Amino acid sequence: MKKITKILLIVSSLAMITAFVTPLWMIDLEAPQYPEGLGMQIWVNKISGDLNTINGLNHYIGMKKIEPDSIKELTIMPFVLGGLIALGVITGILGKKKLLWVFTVIFLIAGIAGGVDFYLWEYDYGHDLDPTAAIVVPGMSYQPPLFGSKQLLNFTAHSYPDTGGWVVIGAGLLTVLLLVYETKFNKTSAAKVKINETKLTSQDNRVLNNTLAQELKNEPSLA
Amino acid sequence: MKFNVKNFSKQMVSKISSSSILPPITAGLILAIMFSIILLAGCGKKDGSTTLSLSEDAASKVFVPPGKHDEFYSFISGGFSGQLAIYGLPSGRLFRVIPVFSVDPEKGWGYTEETKPMLMTSHGFIPWDDSHHSELSMTNGVPDGRWIFLNGNNTPRLARIDLKTFRTAEILEIPNSAGNHSSPFTTENSEYVVCGTRFSIPINELDVPIDSYKETFNGTVSFVKIDPQSGNMSVAFQIMSPPFDYDLSHAGKGPSHDWFFFSCYNTEQAHTLLEVNASQKDKDFIMAVNWKKAEEYIAQGKGKDKEAEYYHNTYDEASHTGKSEILKTVKMLDPKDCPGMVYYIPCPKSPHGCDVDPSGEYIIGGGKLATVIPVFSYSKMIKAIENKEFDGDVGGIPVIKYEAALHGEVQKPGLGPLHTEFDDKGFAYTSMFVSSEVVKWDIKKLEVVDRAPSFYSVGHIMIPGGDSKQPYGKYLVVMNKITKDRFLPTGPELTQSAQLYDISGDKMKLLSDFPTIGEPHYAQGCPADLISKNSVKIFKIDENKHPHAIKSVNDAKVVRNGNEVRVYLGMIRSHFTPDVIEGVKVGDKVYFHVTNLEQDWDIPHGFAVKGMNNSEMLIMPGETQTIVWEPKVATVYPFYCTDFCSALHQEMQGYIRVQPAGSNPEIKYYLGNK
Repeated sequence: MKKITKILLIVSSLAMITAFVTPLWMIDLEAPQYPEGLGMQIWVNKISGDLNTINGLNHYIGMKKIEPDSIKELTIMPFVLGGLIALGVITGILGKKKLLWVFTVIFLIAGIAGGVDFYLWEYDYGHDLDPTAAIVVPGMSYQPPLFGSKQLLNFTAHSYPDTGGWVVIGAGLLTVLLLVYETKFNKTSAAKVKINETKLTSQDNRVLNNTLAQELKNEPSLA
Repeated sequence: MKFNVKNFSKQMVSKISSSSILPPITAGLILAIMFSIILLAGCGKKDGSTTLSLSEDAASKVFVPPGKHDEFYSFISGGFSGQLAIYGLPSGRLFRVIPVFSVDPEKGWGYTEETKPMLMTSHGFIPWDDSHHSELSMTNGVPDGRWIFLNGNNTPRLARIDLKTFRTAEILEIPNSAGNHSSPFTTENSEYVVCGTRFSIPINELDVPIDSYKETFNGTVSFVKIDPQSGNMSVAFQIMSPPFDYDLSHAGKGPSHDWFFFSCYNTEQAHTLLEVNASQKDKDFIMAVNWKKAEEYIAQGKGKDKEAEYYHNTYDEASHTGKSEILKTVKMLDPKDCPGMVYYIPCPKSPHGCDVDPSGEYIIGGGKLATVIPVFSYSKMIKAIENKEFDGDVGGIPVIKYEAALHGEVQKPGLGPLHTEFDDKGFAYTSMFVSSEVVKWDIKKLEVVDRAPSFYSVGHIMIPGGDSKQPYGKYLVVMNKITKDRFLPTGPELTQSAQLYDISGDKMKLLSDFPTIGEPHYAQGCPADLISKNSVKIFKIDENKHPHAIKSVNDAKVVRNGNEVRVYLGMIRSHFTPDVIEGVKVGDKVYFHVTNLEQDWDIPHGFAVKGMNNSEMLIMPGETQTIVWEPKVATVYPFYCTDFCSALHQEMQGYIRVQPAGSNPEIKYYLGNK
């Protein structure tokens, strides 16, 4: 791995520490009666914002109370994020391309798993409604959007990454780019070696060609 | 606006005959000519309507679009309503009436156990007073937006209203006082708020013949110390003074910082038929008090402890509870023992307003029966005191020679000068009660530069910051005693009103009329953001220190102790916890301790029980209030939320069962499923 790759990997991994002190995700609710705004922020280990007010409103439609204590993801996520940061830093220090592959794959899996989990959580809250609720609109469910905006009765719900979330997403994208760069860079460096070798003697050429062929064989394929 | 001939003619008659002293016939003739001109002009118009000369863009100047905020708060005294009303300027929209001295069954003020102590006095519980003047607390001579003070005129009291919660935080009874009219004016850093007696009364010996007035009656002026942190009020000292009527006052500022000025009338010392007997002298007095000197005399021990009994009522925001303490003594200073503390300045005639300009140099007396507006000079007054330019003394108080303290007189200002406010450009504005107009004049040159009619009989006027060091000379609010034909009629009892004038230019321009509650006397105004940014939205339930608060619905309960039943009710949209209550019997005293558990902005709940000989209560988010109910008939009583709180507000209700006296009912309570 190139030095720049190592540095960027360590810096972007460490930058994800931001997600321990800023929210990952935000859900904002807009309604005429709430000119001051209403919303909740999902952190790596807690949920903040107008949770009581939102729970108070949600009871009309029979939604379960959002109780951070009963959401197990909030206890798991700090370890997942901590692990990612540690693995990223180790990968940067060791500079092994194989490890970069491992890191990228784990990062992507964690990201997808997080998204799926968040979707299922939203699905559950939006669909598992108390049948005795005061307001029952036939066919209506109240699942907030995973990403974007959606009208839910009198509220428009907006769901977007918050500061910490953007940093993690940025770090993930950067990791993928670094992997692409690394694999591409190695190809071009091999080509450069080929050009340089033309100036050498034919015997040297043979020796070098053999070595190069060997090296290229050892290189795992990009596909 | 339709042209109103009757109204206009009335104005013109009074104006023409009063200002130029023309015989009524001449005035009538002029009027007749003017009428024909107006009628002719009217005929010329195709739509047949004629508009009064309102400034053309008046509507746009007072129009605050829906959802937009006003530029200024104004706090207009409620007069005989005993309350304080808040209006926005320039719109004139009424935002809220703060209950102060009078009970308010709408809010539960004076009915709940928590607020009853606030209206306690040495005479017992009093459900009413007459609130005349408001004054914002000051720092460095300008309103600081922390508190507003209000006087109680009838049973002498002083109130402090907290401008974070817009609630009455404290009421202090003033001993040795009657008609607390020259109040609640304050010094530049609200070191003191003053209270002066409009009625002199017997103070040393209480039961005396009324015709011994001159010998046995006295006035007092009280200096109430304001704690700079908490705002807590205490009577620091009182000054015993001759039996005059102490009418209005204002503190000095800048160079005159150490002084306080009070207007006095009835220096004739009449005790009957005052309208004649108190209007005999050409000049009464402005009383100048050096309060720094008074402090020195108090430090020297010159203040005599005088026995008294007066109430000090405070409302604690953390426990949402008011309490009364009874105070027994007050320090009294006698000017005879305290040379250099009090002086009288002669002032024509029966002065009302006593106002100090923003520089602190000029003191203006509003002699209601005077034909001039006298302007006194602080520096000349000090020089006169140094040179002992006195005209004898009254009751040991030196009387400064009129000319020695006089800066000059404004000639022919109008009739019945009452009260003066100031702008930031060196002009004074004086209300003229009799000629029903506001007169703008140059303070230094003593020249009238403009006049504008008021509709009708203006009392006090107000410019935001207009009695401070820094007036905001954009609007002038005029408070009228008579409205007659200005609004749709409402029987014999008509609204009082305020009128808004644009004073940003050379000429005053009438912008709007708006009705007011009670009878407005004095008012205060200040830029909105001075106060709006600190306005409390909710009370935090975690910080609720009420002894009977519940912090969650799980704590709701019903507890019997002898004949007392305490119901700890929780409210959250849209139900009471509990909402089914049994176990009460006739003869019980039921305390409903109701906590609003909401923590959301603008979600109050109300509480009322059928047949309760009491008011409702409005309970703000995070607050606890208590109301007492003594049911007389065994049956089931519904209770409900009175403040429309949600889509299911109509479902927010409960039942309480009362069983016969002598029975032994089991306490039972629940919500939803048993």
